[in-house]
Amino acid sequence: MSETVLKAGSAEPQYQPSYLEMETKHKGILSWILATDHKRIAQLYFFSMMTMFLIGALIGVLIRIELMAPGRTIMDAQTYNGFFTLHGIIMIFMFVIPGLPAVFGNFVMPIMIGAKDVAFPRVNLLSWYLYVIGGIIVLTSQFVGSGPPDGGWTFYAPYSVKSAANIGMAAMGAFFLGFSSILTGLNFLVTIHRMRAPGMSWDRIPLFVWSLYATGWIQILATPVIGITLVLIVFERVFQLGFFDPAFGGDPILYQHLFWIYSHPAVYVMILPAMGAISEIIPTFAQRTIFGYKAIVASSLLIAFVGYFVWGHHMYTSGMSDTAKWVFSFITFLVAIPSAIKVFNWVATLYKGSINIQPPLLYAVAFMFTFMIGGFTGLIIGAVAQDIHLHDTTFIVGHFHYIVFGGTGFAFFGALHYWYPKMYGRMYNIKLANIAWGLFFFGFNVLYFPMFVAGYMGMPRRYFDYLPEFYIPNLISTMGSWFLYAGIILMIYNLVKSRKTGAIAPANPWHGVTLEWSIQSPPTYENFDEIPVVKDGPYKFK
Amino acid sequence: MSDHSATQSHGLVHRDDEGSKLGMWLFIFTEILLFGALFIVYSVYRFKNQDAFHAAALNLDTVIGTVNTVILIVSSATIAMSISALQQKNKKLAITLMVITLVLAFSFLVNKYFEWGAKFHHGLYPGAEHLMSLGHGQNQFFFLYFFMTGLHAFHVIVGMGFIIFVMRQVMRDELTYNNYTRLENAGLYWHLVDLIWIYLFPLFYLIH
Ligand SMILES: [Cu+2]
Repeated sequence: MSETVLKAGSAEPQYQPSYLEMETKHKGILSWILATDHKRIAQLYFFSMMTMFLIGALIGVLIRIELMAPGRTIMDAQTYNGFFTLHGIIMIFMFVIPGLPAVFGNFVMPIMIGAKDVAFPRVNLLSWYLYVIGGIIVLTSQFVGSGPPDGGWTFYAPYSVKSAANIGMAAMGAFFLGFSSILTGLNFLVTIHRMRAPGMSWDRIPLFVWSLYATGWIQILATPVIGITLVLIVFERVFQLGFFDPAFGGDPILYQHLFWIYSHPAVYVMILPAMGAISEIIPTFAQRTIFGYKAIVASSLLIAFVGYFVWGHHMYTSGMSDTAKWVFSFITFLVAIPSAIKVFNWVATLYKGSINIQPPLLYAVAFMFTFMIGGFTGLIIGAVAQDIHLHDTTFIVGHFHYIVFGGTGFAFFGALHYWYPKMYGRMYNIKLANIAWGLFFFGFNVLYFPMFVAGYMGMPRRYFDYLPEFYIPNLISTMGSWFLYAGIILMIYNLVKSRKTGAIAPANPWHGVTLEWSIQSPPTYENFDEIPVVKDGPYKFK
Repeated sequence: MSDHSATQSHGLVHRDDEGSKLGMWLFIFTEILLFGALFIVYSVYRFKNQDAFHAAALNLDTVIGTVNTVILIVSSATIAMSISALQQKNKKLAITLMVITLVLAFSFLVNKYFEWGAKFHHGLYPGAEHLMSLGHGQNQFFFLYFFMTGLHAFHVIVGMGFIIFVMRQVMRDELTYNNYTRLENAGLYWHLVDLIWIYLFPLFYLIH
């Protein structure tokens, strides 16, 4: 292919002003924060989200330093409680849940289906504002009132309704973030239904778009439940109600049910778009049609559906009938089937492909590795008997970090390295990106794997202090966090630097065949001069 | 798809009536699940405190409840009629019917105000000594009563805002007989407000 050596825009007849440079009614910062263009909104999300991610990661490192040795290391117990709560709220509600849909969904989804924007551009901007408002409320809750929220991101009652800390405000912030997520999901569903280019039938939609479609349904059908539950917590604190406080005859276990009815499906809001991004990266870097397109689509929808009926697996030790326990356990096991279908299909796609090892593929492979460890440990704790032993230990912490960070996090950064040249028209330093990935992946495993060991030995999660026998795994884990953080910093340095000084990227540096690679980099305001007519399914490589 | 005349300051807004309605329906699903969670809470506490819920429900005024139910059903009819009126190019009638809808919605809120006021007067509000003395079950009933009817009243207010918003657009001829999806969406939303009340009414007022 000769086009890789050519300069920017040469794949196009002539280079037109991109969405980054276009003429707008407003000037300067206003042309961004009042933008309705899906690509600009994606950028707004990207920068606000990366800021939150770095804050959350920094707090994570501080938590790890505190846990490096038994006893007090760098902070007191109440600060520690506030830190792990804030870490959870930031990472869950402001990074992993909105993550891939809000950034890459917004940026590439309309282009992938041959549209000029999403169905409701102004609602799209409103979602971002709700995200920012929610974020500001959560951060403010740290500094005002009666002390930073504690008790964890799950807001478990009755502690959350009785704690003197500023939990009500944090819950309100999470409510706004949920609303933002609902509107994004709604917008994407309508866009995918109504705005596909001629010829883009349902069996020709790229898999990332399919994953956003499945996610959209979870977002609009599950999020309201946690929204109203958090409002109940707020009202309970403010107006002396007692929905979940046993002192008023309230039922704390009912709170847990309502919370997990949303928050388990939310795990699939986090992971489905990640799987979608992986399903884009793998065929491109194997230059081979995706194996089992229909099976991957079906498994996304199946995961979204089955995911509604497994929430009880968070509550085996809370008080539930034994029948409910084994039913929830059984359905939990079922989720492994569609997940495994995807993994097999990705591996089969790589088989006999002409594999081109580039940073996005490295992240995708890392995703498969960590996601499988996360998935298998999920089966371990999905079984009732084992979970009774492992519940509320660091084994659980290891498990969900392997899923939401090892899974969604790696997919997010893989997607970032994949679409970066499309977003900015520049290429980052590949060698540096590979080194950053190596540090990231190595640090990640050193950080989280010992948690399985410590948890299996019986170390409780969320504790400020621990017995001396857990010292070694905790020390290793803390050292891993430094490698991980170094990897992240190096990656960000590379990407930020290349934004201005990187080599000009051609329109299609990876030889991808989905629609976003057929237009110039960065795309113009309207994406397409002429709406394309789609004649074939995605991933048809020569 | 979008035409090239779309200016960048307004974004690529394209007209897609089906799409707007689909968006509204999805939003309605969201709202139903929002209240759905509360219906679950209600069922659980009703199941746990059957006698107390029975006793507490006797304190509610079935007459006001019935009047409010009739008011909302009629208002649902008037907003639906205003859509038909606009479709038949009768702008004046459409606006009149919207005003009637708003008046009905407002009278619903006035009734609600007096009803809540009476409860407060009788010491039946969260934190009141009298209510506390009645035990957990009755407390839960009134927590739910105030929370759910309050949230519903909030939706009535939002719905009124939505109707006022589209009414202004009808007045300025921004919505006309061949471009009335936004009015339809306001109507859909108003039917949702009505529908939720149709469930709240028997749960709180009728089941003894
Ligand atoms: Cu779960």
